[in-house]
Amino acid sequence: MKSTTETLCFKTGNWNNTIDVYDFVLQNVSPYEGDSKFLSGPSERTKKLWDICKENLLQERKNNGCLAIDTNVISNLTSFGPGYIDKKNEVIVGLQTDQLLKRAMKPFGGIKLVQSALAERGLQVSDEVVKIFNYAKDHNQAVFSAYDSEIRAFRSKHLLTGLPDNYARGRIIGDFRRIPLYGVDRLIEAKKADFAAVGGEMTDHKVRLREEITSQISALQDMKLMAHTYGLDISVPAANAHEAVQFTYLAYLSAVKEQDGAAMSLGNVSSFLDIYIENDLKSGLITEEEAQEFIDQFVMKLRLVRHLRPGSYDEIFGGDPTWVTEAIGGQFNDGRTKVTKTSFRFLQTLYNLGASPEPNLTILWSQKLPQGFKDFCAQVSIDTSSLQYENDDLMRPNRGSDDYGIACCVSYQKIGKRIQHFGARANLPKALLMALNGGREEDKGSVVIKNIPQMKDGVLDYDSVMDIFKTTLAEVARVYAKSMYIIHYMHDKYYYERAQMALIDSDPGIDIAYGAAGISIIADSLSAIKYAKVTPVRNDIGLTVDFNIEGDFPKYGNDDDRVDSIAQEITKIFIDELRKHRAYKDATPTLSLLTITSNVMYGTNTGSTPDGRKAGEAFAPGANPMHGRDVNGAIASLNSVSKLSYDDAQDGISNTFSMVPKSLGSDKEEQVSNLVGIMDGYFARNAHHLNVNVLDKETLMDAYEHPENYPQLTIRVSGYAVNFVRLSKAHQLEVITRTFHETM
Amino acid sequence: MYFPQQQYTDDSIDVHNPDLLRIHSIETLGTHDGPGIRMVVFVQGCQFRCLYCQNPDTIDIHGGSFVPIEELVEKALHQKSYFGKKGGVTVSGGEPLLQREKLIHFFDRLHENGINTCLDSNGRVLDSKTEQLLERTDLLLLDVKHINKEWHKKLTGLKNKTTLRVAEYRESTGKPMWLRYVLVPGWSDQEEYLHEWGKHFASYKTIEKVEIIPFHQLGKHKWEVMGLEYQLADTQPPTKEEVNKAAEIFRLYFKNVKIK
Repeated sequence: MKSTTETLCFKTGNWNNTIDVYDFVLQNVSPYEGDSKFLSGPSERTKKLWDICKENLLQERKNNGCLAIDTNVISNLTSFGPGYIDKKNEVIVGLQTDQLLKRAMKPFGGIKLVQSALAERGLQVSDEVVKIFNYAKDHNQAVFSAYDSEIRAFRSKHLLTGLPDNYARGRIIGDFRRIPLYGVDRLIEAKKADFAAVGGEMTDHKVRLREEITSQISALQDMKLMAHTYGLDISVPAANAHEAVQFTYLAYLSAVKEQDGAAMSLGNVSSFLDIYIENDLKSGLITEEEAQEFIDQFVMKLRLVRHLRPGSYDEIFGGDPTWVTEAIGGQFNDGRTKVTKTSFRFLQTLYNLGASPEPNLTILWSQKLPQGFKDFCAQVSIDTSSLQYENDDLMRPNRGSDDYGIACCVSYQKIGKRIQHFGARANLPKALLMALNGGREEDKGSVVIKNIPQMKDGVLDYDSVMDIFKTTLAEVARVYAKSMYIIHYMHDKYYYERAQMALIDSDPGIDIAYGAAGISIIADSLSAIKYAKVTPVRNDIGLTVDFNIEGDFPKYGNDDDRVDSIAQEITKIFIDELRKHRAYKDATPTLSLLTITSNVMYGTNTGSTPDGRKAGEAFAPGANPMHGRDVNGAIASLNSVSKLSYDDAQDGISNTFSMVPKSLGSDKEEQVSNLVGIMDGYFARNAHHLNVNVLDKETLMDAYEHPENYPQLTIRVSGYAVNFVRLSKAHQLEVITRTFHETM
Repeated sequence: MYFPQQQYTDDSIDVHNPDLLRIHSIETLGTHDGPGIRMVVFVQGCQFRCLYCQNPDTIDIHGGSFVPIEELVEKALHQKSYFGKKGGVTVSGGEPLLQREKLIHFFDRLHENGINTCLDSNGRVLDSKTEQLLERTDLLLLDVKHINKEWHKKLTGLKNKTTLRVAEYRESTGKPMWLRYVLVPGWSDQEEYLHEWGKHFASYKTIEKVEIIPFHQLGKHKWEVMGLEYQLADTQPPTKEEVNKAAEIFRLYFKNVKIK
């Protein structure tokens, strides 16, 4: 299997002169237009390894979702020795710690959170580690030292939620392809040149940049040391396909040894790796079975990534996700497809290893994708519910690059050239209630937003409500922008992502990814106020406790422009307000309509809304219509969501769609063909994202009752996938009550 | 008869107004009535009184509501991107032929917009208007519920003469059709009649597919809600073996037999 560099035969280009992975891919990729028939099953070694993993995953689940924690060592690139599952069967090596599924402390996001995560499990952070933070500051402490009372109020009253101010922000995607292509030494050389180029009069920007580049170089050096513990030399480029996969994984592993960001995406490595695999297949160095074995074992490792999280974290990100998001497919700007045989091989892991939520496999859907690939994706969705889809034809021209990955759940991210700062989200229905309560929060009545006039009594007037709501949204945007400035300033200072940033251009462009939750409630509430008669029911201190609604009104999710246009309008108003504020490092504001699983928590913390939703009831996830209100069939529901403009929500518009298999057709062939039709149809309407679940409600109810029978049952939630049985019972019930499209 | 026979030429169906269609409901992601993804318009009103009717709420000619055909065209256009190469609009029911004049207009409008048309019918009426409609029907789904006229009458309240003539007419036009057959234990699963059914159509060249639809009880609650006497309340769906057996018989006569 081992080959020398002489066996690698690549077309040269700009990538030889400068760090330019994209050019390497363009010059050397072999687009594949065929079907899935060439694929192989798992090797014996892979099966043996995965059996061990499954046993350990079962133990992890039995042990309350956590197998082991190291309480002594702060995790970084070199703090743990090598770890193995079963060395003799491992083709791709490397674990985050020295033991399978053992979680490590990464306290620079916030030592308190680490302490509570341990305390919940009856453990304690070692004195030595605690002592460090008597002298050093962490991100969490630093952020709160700069927060003002306004931000604190917005935060504690659930107007701004899930802010990465006590955990790591994540989302930054290293270009993990750089290590196999160039080797670390060449990357260090390039970083040194970047440093030298920061000259002249010093500015804050230049000083910071120099400090950052120096951290990156130290990370690169540590990566070599880490690889060395596994007997691997990554100072030079990969010499064959095996090494290319192995080095890519070590690059990713570096990131998750150093950082426990909410989402730690992989990028778009599959078609890059295909170049090496094609080369070795052609040279007769490996067989298809071996090629699949590399990918199976790589993906197996990605499934085993773990971070240490406290219970409270599960409310916003249910099911212990890691968002190892890999974007697969899409088209090149030159008209060729980015699909390669290795795109298929990644999907094949869902058969060889069974269904799984991670890595978060994301299909970049183009109308022009080869039919064989479209069909295989649909088949995998029907069999495993493990894929999500995003509109390549929309993102590529809108955002500019055809070399992009997906950060976190659904966000476009040009690889190696730009990064994004994660902004969590604002609770829009909460903002509406504050607008209707003179700036007071609807629960206890404390004033959160100043200078909001009190509404007159009686039936709500649409124009007056809109006026006050706009003022409220402007205030929310102002405080939101301020908080994000502080958070990212401090994150850079106290928990800088040196490993990921070492694999990105030295002074990249940045997006600040704001978010909004509850768009469907906003649309329906304003529609009710406009088309029905809505009268607030107020308590003795004048707070709305409920709403009387007389008459019917159009509801979002039925392809009705009267209400769908309200969702569009509010989204635009909110992003326009956010764009008015300067962001840290002059980042460009983007907005997502996404909730992760926090739609349940938002519901719990939000009073009754004018659309008829009662206090405590869950929000719909992402940009989905509210449960059960989309009554005109699946396509009408999809169409409503497709009307939201990507220009206004470039961070992503998440839609989670569940169908029973029968509703797609009476046999597998029809189901595949019709699912492809749904995707083509939805994305032709400029929709952005679709999570696809194909399963029976009964299956979920049975899994709710008998979790032990469904260890690998995977479902797509808002922008990612989870093991159903690892969701909290509240989240499980919420998923079961979601609209299933099951007409037959 | 569990529901009285009704004349459809009265005002109830507003026969001469080409702009309004009396419909029961619309399904936007239809995957069971014709090829691909389809918008299925269920029209209101039917003269068959099938014992196994799964949509008894579509029988009453006075039920449902009038919807402007332009509104239906508009809806279809909103769904066009999902139809792809195979899909389109299916009109089912109820019995669409009762409103054939209006449907001529509807199908013309769909064709003007490049949308494929499919008609799911029991072949109740054959006249020049039916012929004109079939001319505009890209695919006919014809339910031939029994080959024996007596059994057909027992099963549906009417004889099968017109239905067979519609099939014959369609064959003469050379345009494609699928035949559909609901398999009801004790009612439509007699071996000799399955053979007879097959023989009757075996020489037809326009039959692209035969679909066997195993009887099920998913429509039972509708009968209960409507307070109708449901004779098949205790009839069990056919077993897999029974369905396969019927399919084997049909496969003696047709290349493409599918179990739904």
